Amino acid sequence: MKITKTLLLVCMALLLSLPVFAGGEGESTSGPAEMTLWTFQALHATLFEDAAALWNEANPDRQIDLTCETLPYEDLHSKLLIALQSGVGAPDIVDIEISKFPNYLKGKVQLEPMNDKVEEVIDDMVASRLEIYSKDGNYYGLPFHVGAAVIYYNTEIMDAAGVDIDAIDTWADYVEAGKQVVARTGKPMATLEVTDQWSFWPMISQGGGDYLGPDGSTALDSKVNNEVLQLQYDMLYTDKIAVKTPGGNHHAEEYYGAMNNGDFGSIWMPMWYMGRFTDYMPDLKGKIAIRPMPRLTPGGNRSAGMGGTGTVVTNQTKHVELAKDFLAFAKLSEKGNEMIWTTLGFDPPRWSVWDNPVMNQPNKYTDYFANDDIFGLLLEVKDEINPVNITESFPLASELVKTQILYQALSERTKTPAKALADAAATMRANQ
Amino acid sequence: MKSLTKKQNLAPYFFVAPFIISLFIIYLYPLISTVIMSFQEIVPGETEFIGTKNYRRLADPTFFKAIQNSVIYTVLTISLLIPVPMIFAAMLDSKSSIGSRFFRSVFFVPSLVSVVVAGTIVRLIFAQADTALINTLIAQFNIEPQNWLHGTRIHAMFLLLILALWRWTGINIIYFLSGLQTIPKELYEAADIDGASTIQKFVVITMPLLKPIIVFVTTISILGGLSMFEESYILWEGISPDNNGLTIVGYIYRKGFQHGELGLGSAVGLVLLIIVVFFNVIQLFFRGFFKKGAEV
Repeated sequence: MKITKTLLLVCMALLLSLPVFAGGEGESTSGPAEMTLWTFQALHATLFEDAAALWNEANPDRQIDLTCETLPYEDLHSKLLIALQSGVGAPDIVDIEISKFPNYLKGKVQLEPMNDKVEEVIDDMVASRLEIYSKDGNYYGLPFHVGAAVIYYNTEIMDAAGVDIDAIDTWADYVEAGKQVVARTGKPMATLEVTDQWSFWPMISQGGGDYLGPDGSTALDSKVNNEVLQLQYDMLYTDKIAVKTPGGNHHAEEYYGAMNNGDFGSIWMPMWYMGRFTDYMPDLKGKIAIRPMPRLTPGGNRSAGMGGTGTVVTNQTKHVELAKDFLAFAKLSEKGNEMIWTTLGFDPPRWSVWDNPVMNQPNKYTDYFANDDIFGLLLEVKDEINPVNITESFPLASELVKTQILYQALSERTKTPAKALADAAATMRANQ
Repeated sequence: MKSLTKKQNLAPYFFVAPFIISLFIIYLYPLISTVIMSFQEIVPGETEFIGTKNYRRLADPTFFKAIQNSVIYTVLTISLLIPVPMIFAAMLDSKSSIGSRFFRSVFFVPSLVSVVVAGTIVRLIFAQADTALINTLIAQFNIEPQNWLHGTRIHAMFLLLILALWRWTGINIIYFLSGLQTIPKELYEAADIDGASTIQKFVVITMPLLKPIIVFVTTISILGGLSMFEESYILWEGISPDNNGLTIVGYIYRKGFQHGELGLGSAVGLVLLIIVVFFNVIQLFFRGFFKKGAEV
């Protein structure tokens, strides 16, 4: 009998401890509403913490007690996927990175639509940035930035080579200028990523290319994509103005070191890359000038909207309205958008703030870059940004670009650019 | 009296109960639900059975490459991680070795280091820059700096093997040392009287008597090799060029979590289970594990 009793006790102990693991949260009736926010980027957390402080000042009757948790990138996305799938354990608010976003739009979406908040301000926003986080007319994610692709020139090298960066209008001009740089300084004009997409994707987007069509069909082997990949191949091996990025991509330690050392003439990356310059390449302070990207065709676009993170409210929150209001305050309001620039150095998606005086007040970004008016440049190119298509197949397409196309065509040259694109497109079609 | 016997009959069940219960909760339940999930398309709120579609989708060159990588890795790690630790263990066990206690600890330390830390350090040691440690070293021998991480398939496998060798040698030495200590010393004494050399003693006495340990280490190496994930994940952050570092578990992770296709991930997991069982049955068969009355 004793055995049965002991067993019973053990079972009860197990059962009783279950709610502890499930993290049962009780609804609080008074006091500030407790909310959890997950992000994969510690900088993003500072923005939300600052915003929460401002919110609490402005809304004494709707206080928030916000806990920001910074998780590793992959960890956050897989935990969230499981939490939303199983219906327990998700935070109230969470950052989802663009290339993962389609995973959370499958089936019955477990996120709260933000339409009522978004529709109030959409005319002042870069709408394409909201559309990438939407499905069936519902807006779910709120963006951090436009991610306008720009080109960063090392003015010291350009001056030494006698290149006038303002005279570079098309990629053809850029290649010519590159030849001059290589001839006079011996340094490559550019580095091309072979394990990530930030050299390739903005260029195809400039020409109206993309990985996917608006309906989600494969567009990897489009004419524009072929032209751009061939152009990059020529930059590396025919015109010899570029080299493969040390470490494979522009976030590698090897690259930061070499660029900081003044080994390369320029780099094209989205605006959010500014923070990498200030934090990882301190020796280039005052030497980097930002310009719009060269055009792919005469009269073509000079920028592209790249990358991003959509912040969402999950359907597991106990304070739906409050969470939505707070998120809209942090991401959609003018104040929030100013803070996106001052704390994060991102180009905020609400363009109506781009000419506010606060955007030109000195901060670590204006101090670092040789430009007088970074936002003037953004206003100039804001209508030259094509939307990007983010649908269910995007994670696969992006993976093929990163692991196969660029590596095969540009790095190891085991396939011609056209063959690499065609093969990847065939893989995509087989999977769709 | 009768009730006492009854109690005694119950006792064994009681003692194995914790194991049985944990087996059911931790292994059997997930296994069964993986089987079910592998026939489903799993999306929140709209999960449905889709027959064998997940299995048909496994006819994917990327998956074949992952299997290839895992199998090559397993074969190579076994061919390194049996002989090398065995020789080291024999050396450490020999009375004539100096500082054997010290070296035992030294060999074991790597297995205490988190693979994340080790992988990150390996990544930096083998970085692409000409100033990276390994590239500086090989420059002394007039070898061109190599693009280790983003080079060819051979580069990728080489890095994985280095990491495995560094990490697992110590553990396998412990297994072999414990095996060596069970070998009666009289056998060596007899061999000495017969005038056998050290190498002869190793081949004729040590190796055959270590057979149970070799079988055990091979079995866990097959499991470990085929389920390897962390090393490759840390070195390439999940994206290795041309999938040169992709393993089967890496593929599960990619499909299940990175592409959000848990059903397909489950199907891959079951295929992995079948592969692991297959390899282990083969190796146990060849080592005579299934022979009647075989002593292993």
